[in-house]
Amino acid sequence: MDTKRIRLTVNGKDYEREVESRVNLVDFIRHDLGLTGSHVGCEHGVCGACTVLVDGISMRGCLMFAAQADGARIETVEGLAVDGKLNTLQESFWDLHGLQCGYCTPGVLMSLTEMLREDLSPSEQKVREVLSGHLCRCTGYQNIVAAALEAAKRLRESGAKA
Amino acid sequence: MKPAPFTYHSPSSVSEAVQLLTELENARVLAGGQSLVPMLNFRLASPDHLVDLGKIADLRGIREQGDEVVFGAMTRQRDIEFSSLITAKLPLMAEAVLQLGHRQTRNRGTIGGSLCHLDPSAELPTICMAMDAQLEVISPSGSRTIAMAEFAQGMMTTALAETEILTAIRIRPWTGRYGHAFIEFARRHGDFAIASAAILLDVDGNGGITRAVVALGGVGPVPLRVSAAEACLIGAKAGSEAFAAAAAECGKIDALEDPTYPAWYRQHLAKTLSGRALKLAHERAVAQAH
Ligand code: FES
Ligand code: FES
Repeated sequence: MDTKRIRLTVNGKDYEREVESRVNLVDFIRHDLGLTGSHVGCEHGVCGACTVLVDGISMRGCLMFAAQADGARIETVEGLAVDGKLNTLQESFWDLHGLQCGYCTPGVLMSLTEMLREDLSPSEQKVREVLSGHLCRCTGYQNIVAAALEAAKRLRESGAKA
Repeated sequence: MKPAPFTYHSPSSVSEAVQLLTELENARVLAGGQSLVPMLNFRLASPDHLVDLGKIADLRGIREQGDEVVFGAMTRQRDIEFSSLITAKLPLMAEAVLQLGHRQTRNRGTIGGSLCHLDPSAELPTICMAMDAQLEVISPSGSRTIAMAEFAQGMMTTALAETEILTAIRIRPWTGRYGHAFIEFARRHGDFAIASAAILLDVDGNGGITRAVVALGGVGPVPLRVSAAEACLIGAKAGSEAFAAAAAECGKIDALEDPTYPAWYRQHLAKTLSGRALKLAHERAVAQAH
């Protein structure tokens, strides 16, 4: 069995692990690190449930191997809340009913986090473009779009960072 | 975890990578992995070794060299999307890259990976065909340059030998006032396109077409140039008559047939999309001239 020793940070915490080469990043995060917030849907890049930020950039956790994340800075949904308190984006989802079953939500939140760090005044078109990489089988997307736009508005008003 | 077991290699230089490919049996090159990893997960591919080019800094980046734009093969699609150089010099590619997969896959997928995977409907190979890209490849016995038209040999089959690696892509931008358009049709935004059309059109002061490129993706087994359509355009007066004639030629291509989309449907799309793209490219060419 081919393994690699990797070091990486996940939500600001350092980890060092020996990992089998064929284990993808999201399985590593869930099974080896016990962070089960990131979900696994299709395992071939279509659904977006596994989306995490790698060095600040959204990527499919099922389409890269943990071995490739050696040295990387990973962010997952567990990193969003601050001291157990939902952040602005999460709160907007709560308030505007941006989720139903919640399966797609961890991935959606990470892609929107990336977007909001770049642009606090996204058009609806831009939000939809970002969301096109995520399948949601419950909401019909309307409330996700509304929650994303609301989060942008609240962040603009409060001057906080995404 | 779904792939069959493999040994993972992460060389730090091109020569080391080429060496590994020469020594190892049943090895595959891993670029951005946005096509290969799904194939591994489905076990449509089960190499014994993966040679990841991700750590080779030399293979990444976009630069101008003389009158060409040169892409390192491991340049991410995201780097193209956010490049002001590409927006200015290669607007056709800039337009196409936004329709390529999703933000989250462009963030990792590479231009070289897309070319080597050579899906018939992939955007970047279609653009490389439209722009007569030159591809630099290297092997233990040296390097060579392959024109895109020769690189694309058949359905998902390139001219690369097993020990060769694509290192760079060179494209000479058109200059002066010309129009471009890339239009694709997919059932959902970001899905694989069923068909696409890429057009470049140079129109002189009298409305005569001096240069024209008509390229189609997803219609044949590889992206292709429609020389019969280009012949209808060059020397003709830009307008609906010439565009209809060119689009009609696109509709006559011997098209792919699969259980979802019959050949006649792809031919219909080829005609419709090329007609729309010609009109749009012409409008842009005219707008440039004023
Ligand atoms: S599980 Fe990764 S995209 Fe579906
Ligand atoms: S909330 Fe159920 S899949 Fe999106």
